[in-house]
Amino acid sequence: MALDALIAECREWFTDPEFRRLKALRAETPPLRLIGCFPVYTPEEVVLACGMVPVHLYGGGTMVEIDHADSRLQSFVCSISRSTFELGFTRRLDALDGLLFPSICDVSRNLSGLWRRNFPDRLAEYVHFPENFASAHAVPYLRHELQRLEAKLAPIAGVAPGADDYRRAFALVNRQRQAVSELYALRAEAPWKAPLADAYAVVRAGGMMPRGRHLPLIEQALAEWRESPARPQDRVRVVLEGSFCEQPPLELLQTIEEAGCYVVNDDLVLGQRWHAAPLPLEGDPLETLARHILERCVPSAVHHPGPQGRGAELVRKARESKAEGVVFCMAKFCEPALYDFALLKRALEAEGIPFLAFEFEEKMSTFESIRTQLETFVESILLFS
Amino acid sequence: MSDAYRYQGTGRNLQKEMLGEWFQRLSQAPARGEPVAYLFISGNIAELLTNFGFHLVYPEVNALQCGIKKTAGQFILKAEELGYSPDVCGYVKNDIGLLHSGNQSPMGNLPPPSLLVCNYSGCRTYVKWFEALAEFYKAPLFMLDVPYRRDDALEAGDLRYVVGQMQELIALCEKLTGRRFDPDRLREELARTRQAEDYWVRILESAKRVPSPFDSYFEAVFFMAPLYTLRGTPDCLRYYEAAWQEIEERITHGIGPAGEERFRVVIEGPPPWPHFRAFWEMFQRWGVVAVASTYSKVGGLYDQGVRHDPARPLESMAEYCMNCYTNWHLGLRRDLIRRYCHDYRADGLVIHSVKSCRSFSVGQADTREVFSKELGIPTLFIESDLADPRYFSAAQLRNRIDAFFEGLAHRKLTSLPVVEARA
Repeated sequence: MALDALIAECREWFTDPEFRRLKALRAETPPLRLIGCFPVYTPEEVVLACGMVPVHLYGGGTMVEIDHADSRLQSFVCSISRSTFELGFTRRLDALDGLLFPSICDVSRNLSGLWRRNFPDRLAEYVHFPENFASAHAVPYLRHELQRLEAKLAPIAGVAPGADDYRRAFALVNRQRQAVSELYALRAEAPWKAPLADAYAVVRAGGMMPRGRHLPLIEQALAEWRESPARPQDRVRVVLEGSFCEQPPLELLQTIEEAGCYVVNDDLVLGQRWHAAPLPLEGDPLETLARHILERCVPSAVHHPGPQGRGAELVRKARESKAEGVVFCMAKFCEPALYDFALLKRALEAEGIPFLAFEFEEKMSTFESIRTQLETFVESILLFS
Repeated sequence: MSDAYRYQGTGRNLQKEMLGEWFQRLSQAPARGEPVAYLFISGNIAELLTNFGFHLVYPEVNALQCGIKKTAGQFILKAEELGYSPDVCGYVKNDIGLLHSGNQSPMGNLPPPSLLVCNYSGCRTYVKWFEALAEFYKAPLFMLDVPYRRDDALEAGDLRYVVGQMQELIALCEKLTGRRFDPDRLREELARTRQAEDYWVRILESAKRVPSPFDSYFEAVFFMAPLYTLRGTPDCLRYYEAAWQEIEERITHGIGPAGEERFRVVIEGPPPWPHFRAFWEMFQRWGVVAVASTYSKVGGLYDQGVRHDPARPLESMAEYCMNCYTNWHLGLRRDLIRRYCHDYRADGLVIHSVKSCRSFSVGQADTREVFSKELGIPTLFIESDLADPRYFSAAQLRNRIDAFFEGLAHRKLTSLPVVEARA
């Protein structure tokens, strides 16, 4: 497949308002069981071990008009919650056998309750991750929570997973994460070779299709991007921060690059890069997974970072990726991102790292104001740094 | 006031007096070299911390007080100058703005924390709030993680996790203060707490009477304060003994909170503190009594059987932490409101949706659908904010409230039966 066609296929997975590719999975023989995962990270390893496909959902993007969801969610609630609900109401997520909501914010938490009442024929489960990472009781608690989740999923799958199922799932997740990491490494080194919106599309589609089918796609894209003859331009290297849950429109990602930025690291679709190291394949699988989630997950706005705070981590990320600035691209009404911004900006100011902050909504369609802000930001770095 | 009415006003006045003394003790703590712990109301573990001599500061209470004393606006603007968005919780911004204005609150000077205990129960914003306080104060932060009631049954694994963390907190407090944990003192305080909780439930349930002697929303916010801030102390128990006497006296003499009781409602959601009096008056003029409310349960669902137990100190504290209203999943919340409507013979449900608190507000529009369309219970849905004085449109609220009660009045006049919730 040509690279352009590959990217187009990847985009189709998440930009088709009818989710025909998901429906096709459901129509296979035997039909695949699909479990939706609300961002940021849900324990998709348990879904995989049950022989089902975890489908990372990031709202309706530009695909849906909010109509029914207005009667259930107030206007000050983030777009992703409203559009996800709209997708449910308009029966576009009927291919899913269930939907999992992780403990990322109060909106996601309450959305699980809304989903349960309005779609009682499907599983809607809330997963509470520990916040007290320092506690000796956190691992046993999370193991118990993962087991609870497994008990909810197994009846849908029709089979309870064994240790070997988990090991196979972990190995698959490790391979996919390795490929994604290599793509990020390439973009950090030579961002001109793999345009942001294209690389993003390839990674994001990987959260929606059977993982084994995604691997050849990302590996092919990676091989072609590595050989790309594209040459570097005079742009500013930036870290993109704040888009870990609701995703910016593809056009906004293109705008960021067109305005003169190379995004050398980001927190887009963070759930697909949640583990900072490969999952070990030995030991009790659920305990291994619980320990790994607690000890080896990436820093994010949705989990307590411990005494060191998040500022130092962002500074380290910027330094390591040789970024000249940070662009905060935050979803409107996204509380975790908006709270973190107040502290992260202090850390950047203390280190003298320039930053720009703006808010987006998934359905926004004009980017001129943001483009102007970005161009000014880029010029200020190019001219004065 | 004649002897026959000698307890009237006790509930309001005694708590005011006790809270005044509490704030005074707080402002003196640094000079005395006494440790100070910050924590939250929902799922608080007051008795565990006072065991080590900590004075307790509740940032929510400070924000609430600033709201009701009309000083919140300036602090919120201060926090927005620091980078906080107009779209995040006004309580947080009030507190951060207060901190950056020298911590001179209308109640007195607030001491800095020696320890931050983020006992977050039902509100994830608490985590972000205390992360910020830890950074600004450079104080140690203990994250007491209280899992959400996501299934109907209480998970034994969740309780083990909370109890385990409390044991770790005890070890940390011993290290920080140099004092040994005193289990006898904890049992003694929990015994007093339990008695106070019994009185509080009697006060709340007195509103089942028709007419009701007590308003479970507009009055409860004052009556619940000692149980939230002074729990375990002799003063706390003394307060509820006196407050119950006031309620008994009201029952004896047929005294009600709203003059003639015309409408009985259940209220869901927090009050708009910066406009509390004006908001209350919008209901008072219609003779409305809130016979039950969910806001009065954010600090514990005592009327649902939750009790501290000196025989099971940490276990009962953990159960309490998990059983605060906003830590319940939406299905449990809806069932509770439905039971309130039925058991307290309410004419309708009022949902006050506040922008600041997504923990409360996300799901309320769906609750309106259930109550008005499926259960046939007249439901009023209104919006403002609990902390930010800018989000309060008096004329619009008054119109909505007037229209709702006009409708209810018409319904009563034309003898249409008020639909009761299905039990």
